Amino acid sequence: MADLPLDPRAPIDPALNTPGREGLTGTAPANRYAPTVDREQITIAPNFAPPQLQPAWRQDFPIDWAQDLYVERRDFMKFMVLTSAAFTLGQLWIGAHNWYRRRQGRPPMLRIAAVDDVAVGAAIGFTYPDADHPCLLMRLSRTEFVAFSQTCTHLSCAVVPRPAEGSFYCPCHEGRFDLRTGVPTAGPPRRPLTRIVLDMRGPDIYAVAAEERTA
Amino acid sequence: MPKPDELHFFIDPNRCIGCEACVQACTECDTHRGESMIHLEYVHRPESVQTVPVVCMHCDQPTCAEVCPADAIKRTGDGVVQSAVQPRCIACGNCVMACPFGVPELYEDRRIMMKCDMCYDRSSVGKKPMCATVCPSQALFFGTREQIDALRPLSAPINSFRFGAQTITTQVFLMVPRALTTRDSYVDVAAAMDEQPRNRGVSLKILPGDPFAAVEV
Repeated sequence: MADLPLDPRAPIDPALNTPGREGLTGTAPANRYAPTVDREQITIAPNFAPPQLQPAWRQDFPIDWAQDLYVERRDFMKFMVLTSAAFTLGQLWIGAHNWYRRRQGRPPMLRIAAVDDVAVGAAIGFTYPDADHPCLLMRLSRTEFVAFSQTCTHLSCAVVPRPAEGSFYCPCHEGRFDLRTGVPTAGPPRRPLTRIVLDMRGPDIYAVAAEERTA
Repeated sequence: MPKPDELHFFIDPNRCIGCEACVQACTECDTHRGESMIHLEYVHRPESVQTVPVVCMHCDQPTCAEVCPADAIKRTGDGVVQSAVQPRCIACGNCVMACPFGVPELYEDRRIMMKCDMCYDRSSVGKKPMCATVCPSQALFFGTREQIDALRPLSAPINSFRFGAQTITTQVFLMVPRALTTRDSYVDVAAAMDEQPRNRGVSLKILPGDPFAAVEV
């Protein structure tokens, strides 16, 4: 600092190789560039009270950048432990859910309609395996029947059949599924519709199983 | 790299000639190219052409950061209050309302608040902020206390401002007549809103004492 010219009107040699400011392009001497003091400081609250008297939230929302970026080792460990614990619990919950579902067994067989009740190209609605799961039975030709859950695999809106387009159409987000296979063909859905396995017994059509598919 | 401790920003509104060189220079700063962060205000346009440059005062108790709901306004260790952190800022405009000096600006199109950050890319390496490099009357000065004492023997820097019951100390200094200042002087900003005698349309009130008693006008 001793060689600092006090009068800013004194001519400053801006050349890069001037002694004391080598390699710099500004008008400040090189010793200005070195950090001078430790920058750790506590945020001064508007009421000038010491940090001990401040509300606890001030520690969580500090104004100073250094404190904002600072993460304690203990906080980091806490975050890691709690996050892995959450993942572990999630896995256990999925396992328990699967076990419970397997214990329930297959849903009972359900008579949907007689073959003659459905015209070719028409659809009728039914619920399977319980009243909360609306499904659609489509007669594609004289001998071909398909049945799918009516729940769109995107956000669970009800799909409507559009035989002229050969698709199921979800009006919520313009999703489309293939009429024969239930595979998504357009829009946001990524998974096929839940397929209802059918069984023809004499003049009647029975729903045998609900087959959830992922791809 | 932090702003050197011994370098300070000094504003001397008396010397401002309203040339807007600072406004132009500010737009050329790389961190906010094309936008000027400095405000050149007319003090009282009907009665005077006096202008005053307003840069961020870099408060020790930054009200903008206090009111920020998104925790987006942060101060670096050298006391420079930075512009809003990009992913955090929700462009709510709380800081614009809260700042007692009227510094932050909301850019609705970019959904971000931007404010004067003392040209941090320059001042952090010891260079002067853009506005201070161009000011022809040196109303905006960036340098050491010794330099400003040598240059302005009749003025003293003040960094204490009072708004009613709230006192704010700042990193940026305001130059006021030295004869009026004592050790604990502050600028009473709220008093500037009081009715003034017509021949003293504008006054900068420095308490205690009558600001104009010792000044030769």
